[in-house]
Amino acid sequence: MDQFEFTSSQKKFTFGLMGIGLLALIWAVYSIMVSDGADHHAASARLWSNLLICGFFFIGIAVAALFFLAVQHAAEAGWATMFLRVFQATSSYLYVGSGILVLVLLFGGHDLYHWMHEDAVAHDDLLAHKSDYLNPTFFWIRTLMYLGVWIFFMRLFKKLSLEEDEIGGTEIHFRNQKYAAIFLVFFGYSSSTASWDWIMSIDAHWFSTLFGWYVFSGMWISSLVFMTLLIIWLKGKGYLPKVNENHIHDMGKWIFGVSCLWTYLWFSQFMLIWYANIPEEIIYFKARFDDYRILYFGMIIINFVFPFFGLMDKDNKRSIGWVGTIGVIIFITHWFDVYMLVTPGVMKDHWHFGGIEIGLFLGFLGLFLFVVLNALSKSPLIVKNHPFLDECIHLEQN
Amino acid sequence: MSETKMIYGLYDDDGTLTKAAKNFVSNGLKIKDVYAPFPIHGIEKVIGIKWTQISIAAFIYCMIGCTLATIGMRYFMIVDWPMNIGGKPNFSYIQNFPSFVPITFEFSVLCAAHGMVITYLIRNWTLPFVKARNPHPSTTDDHFCMEINPVQNKASEDEIKSMLKDSGAVEIFEK
Repeated sequence: MDQFEFTSSQKKFTFGLMGIGLLALIWAVYSIMVSDGADHHAASARLWSNLLICGFFFIGIAVAALFFLAVQHAAEAGWATMFLRVFQATSSYLYVGSGILVLVLLFGGHDLYHWMHEDAVAHDDLLAHKSDYLNPTFFWIRTLMYLGVWIFFMRLFKKLSLEEDEIGGTEIHFRNQKYAAIFLVFFGYSSSTASWDWIMSIDAHWFSTLFGWYVFSGMWISSLVFMTLLIIWLKGKGYLPKVNENHIHDMGKWIFGVSCLWTYLWFSQFMLIWYANIPEEIIYFKARFDDYRILYFGMIIINFVFPFFGLMDKDNKRSIGWVGTIGVIIFITHWFDVYMLVTPGVMKDHWHFGGIEIGLFLGFLGLFLFVVLNALSKSPLIVKNHPFLDECIHLEQN
Repeated sequence: MSETKMIYGLYDDDGTLTKAAKNFVSNGLKIKDVYAPFPIHGIEKVIGIKWTQISIAAFIYCMIGCTLATIGMRYFMIVDWPMNIGGKPNFSYIQNFPSFVPITFEFSVLCAAHGMVITYLIRNWTLPFVKARNPHPSTTDDHFCMEINPVQNKASEDEIKSMLKDSGAVEIFEK
């Protein structure tokens, strides 16, 4: 089976998830309409922050998949050759994800970003000082540039990969390597600045130099976990017959390693701010520690402890059950990481966690799965004629 | 070194050795060890060497390092001579915990790394000034050596030697 078939029951399942999301959306809109005054404001802030959380979480997965694909191309890596189509399919959510994110920023920007209010900037020296960078015009130029360039490279890698299927040889392989290197340079800057623009500017008075890396590592680990789960699911369905525990071992190593990277960056950002103890910096963590204590610490501890101790042993990394279980857990808790990036800045201490959050997450998940599986069914599941395909099939490690 | 006489076959190519080893094992011959200047991919599975447990040892060393660092820093910085650094609480370990994390991490890594190296050297008995135990000097250069214990095998010494010769060994010797 070298062609993935997106069956109608799978389609129905993703439509079901999207239906739940739609119900949650209607519920959220209804609760905005019936409320007034402060409640009205809180209800609309809740809806927009949730749309930004889900919009960013899933586009982060897609763009980190593109990044990971580019890493394989740039490093001429052989181990993941059988997974390249999975990476490409995951990154193909960028079309839909960009559209959603643009809509959210366009209509929700006013509720999400304090600095978008002209009268607030006029009475705020700090925001006025930052307005050369943080102003709506430049914000939109940057946003459209990131999304445009990401989509351009996504299309480019997909096109070259399909061409390689047809003609073979090594010429496309080296072209891929060159383009991947260019993309990685752009991504290195744009992943940081995108996270400043979309996420860090919610708390416009606060800044952290490590923020971009922290958000990027969260995107990367979510993406790795999603793609590993997709590979495991495909293997369970009987696709990818040549994928064995050696390949799962490598994905497990990545999950283990990037989880440590994420924890390291979280802690590095926290410890410097905690040590310096400067009021305008510490306020960011104070909001999270005081109002979200259990959720925040629970998220950090699960995101570190589960993959660290669960995937430390070699046999666990080679076991589909272990990698899958820990993958599902930290996929959800990394959504909470993005929740914690957005909600405290928008909702302050008036936060809620309930049907709207869960419903919108499921709705976005359904849409994401639909787009990814649809893209996966459009091209052969395993690349042909890739120079390292044979190396990947015979991948073996202890 | 035990008193048992071993039979050695010296090969000039790791591929030839691996092929020979596979052939011997499928014929019921037990190979005691292989000496090579570099790791031969997959040879440990062929000759049936058990997976190393050094990673478990590393975890234990790491935990020892973590404990030692915690005890040490608590004694130095909290109990014996509390120091006020940046206005942080200096009479409580738990409230000052974040500032101790980097050193705990680094000391754990230090202990794990040194523990692993020392364990490896002792286990293989390749400590400094210890006499080398490889059967032929050229196994550290460009030759690959297979060690067979004739006592453990049903085949006679002459049979083993002729098998080694047929499989492409460039030199056969006893020690």
